[in-house]
Amino acid sequence: MLKFLLEKEFKQFMRNLVMPRMVLIMPLVMMTIFPLATNREVKDVTIAIVDNDKSIYSQNLVNKIISSGYFILADYSSTYNDALKQVEKGNAYIILEIEKDFEKNIVREKTANIIISANAVDIFKGSVGASYLSNIIYDYSVELNEKLNYSTSSLINIIPLNKFNHSLNYKNFMIPAIMVMLVTMITCFLPTLNIVSEKEKGTMEQINVTPVNKFIFILSKLIPYLIMGVIVFTICIIIAKYMYHLEADNGLIALYTFTLVYVFVSSGLGLIISNYSYSMQQAMFVMYFFVMLLFFMSDLFSPVAYMPFWAQVIAAINPLKYYGEAVRGIYLQGATIIDLYPKLIILIIFAVVLNILAVLSYKKSE
Amino acid sequence: MVKVNNISKSFKDVQALDDVTFSAEKGELYGIIGPDGAGKTTLFRIMTTLTIPDKGTVFINNKSIIKNYMEIRKTIGYMPGKFALYQDLTVEENLNFFASVFNADVNDNYDLIKGIYSHIAPFKKRKAGNLSGGMKQKLALSCALIHKPEVLFLDEPTTGVDPVSRKEFWDMLAGLKEMGITIIVSTPYMDEASRCDRIALIKNGKFLQVDTPNNIIEKFNSNLIAVKTYNMRRILDDLRKCTNIKSAFAFGSEIHALIDDYSNIENVSLFLNNLKYNDIEIHKIKPNIEDCFIWSR
Repeated sequence: MLKFLLEKEFKQFMRNLVMPRMVLIMPLVMMTIFPLATNREVKDVTIAIVDNDKSIYSQNLVNKIISSGYFILADYSSTYNDALKQVEKGNAYIILEIEKDFEKNIVREKTANIIISANAVDIFKGSVGASYLSNIIYDYSVELNEKLNYSTSSLINIIPLNKFNHSLNYKNFMIPAIMVMLVTMITCFLPTLNIVSEKEKGTMEQINVTPVNKFIFILSKLIPYLIMGVIVFTICIIIAKYMYHLEADNGLIALYTFTLVYVFVSSGLGLIISNYSYSMQQAMFVMYFFVMLLFFMSDLFSPVAYMPFWAQVIAAINPLKYYGEAVRGIYLQGATIIDLYPKLIILIIFAVVLNILAVLSYKKSE
Repeated sequence: MVKVNNISKSFKDVQALDDVTFSAEKGELYGIIGPDGAGKTTLFRIMTTLTIPDKGTVFINNKSIIKNYMEIRKTIGYMPGKFALYQDLTVEENLNFFASVFNADVNDNYDLIKGIYSHIAPFKKRKAGNLSGGMKQKLALSCALIHKPEVLFLDEPTTGVDPVSRKEFWDMLAGLKEMGITIIVSTPYMDEASRCDRIALIKNGKFLQVDTPNNIIEKFNSNLIAVKTYNMRRILDDLRKCTNIKSAFAFGSEIHALIDDYSNIENVSLFLNNLKYNDIEIHKIKPNIEDCFIWSR
């Protein structure tokens, strides 16, 4: 029986003009375009410098900043207000003001003041730019300390240590997230919309008067999309390896194990939604609601650890968080199943609970 | 073959079916006739095990729709009012698919559908969604029959079908009846009632009458007249004011009315003449099913 139903599903799927192509195009586009497009490396920040001192020391600092490669000198303003105008015009993003007696103060007082003002409209660019700038200035002060042989300043050197993503490569951070999103979308959206469309067209009723068992019917809806989810995941793994040199060759078994378990979690959620949906429109809208919730209340975009406590509680009941952490862990930290087994167990629990709920709600809606 | 006992079903504030009882014998062509919203589809959904009634029982071939629904599903064919086959599969694929879910083989039961399927066989490679309305209906009937059901349920099969195809469809049903299949069919068209062995008139979830079409007409024991004139709109209200007329309804180009006695036709004519109606035609008529339906209860 299942064989005939599956045969029908695949026939319908392959006959659709868009669907089979989408399954290939979606991972290709998402994996080749998004990691390159979404870039968080802050480079080429325009800067306006107000050097009130115009001494050798201040000149050295300016040179150091410009030659760092992160900043472009937009304007060498004479006053702070002039510099501010440059910011208002959009020519500059950060203002660096060096006080009048910069050099004198360093030599005499062993301390000097510098003001950094950053345009915070783009919070990210502003804050990162400002912190780059303070790093450079800090470096410079260390240099000066050595040169002048001052021992008074405490030379605590904060070296930012970027663990696991050594190059602080945002692509390596995003690729596992994109894989996780793709698997969620394919295995949650497609079977759900397929079931709801059968409801809408009335074919579901026609199937219901046949001796086809409900579980077999649902299974016939799930299996094709489970296979598709795995295919898409495989395409992603290949692209990650050959395009971004991000590989997890030792973690393939772990990756597929997590994906197989997660696919049941996400399709279980989809099934529950389909049981309560009476139109494609409703199913689509409800599903977006949940999928957005899953995406944003996980580590995919911003780390859960930085979220307020209540948000962390919500994230804790988000299966996507565990799957995302696992995939990222496998890719970036080389984690193994043994390291990740608590997450696997949590995901299995999610899969079992959601699918039980799906079956219960299916009976209810009869 | 089909026994429906005291079925009631309500949805929130709507009483869709109210204490409905009837039974159809093996090989009978049973018509359930009533307007839209009378409860026909709900009744069909209950009989085909898709909905559970609030009260009452249904037995199909002595099997209960509650306990033995899986067995019943093997032995019935259902054609819903809306075309519900896979539009993206071809004619042939739909037929094979529905045969396979019943564990049946198309070739084994081909005799049963031959008369119907032969019309659409030339288009068997065409997608079901691209068929004309009449062909879709034939395909749906073929798919409902392919597992050789004992009882066939057809919910408004002729709604939205042209008059020629409607006649053709009833001829096909007559053919199926010859093969011993029990057929329960619903329709809002009163003129189709005469093609059934027995009919049930349904209105607001209640069965008004259950009998053969002829008996129902014969049981109509009031005096019916038809009135025709040029100003049909006004005359209905005036006619209802006439003391000899019990009730009147518009029937296409005529007005059908119940008169207390046929000897009073002249009185009615006079009454209308006094109201300055010209060219009045009044004559006795025999009731049809629609008259019976309107004046039931």
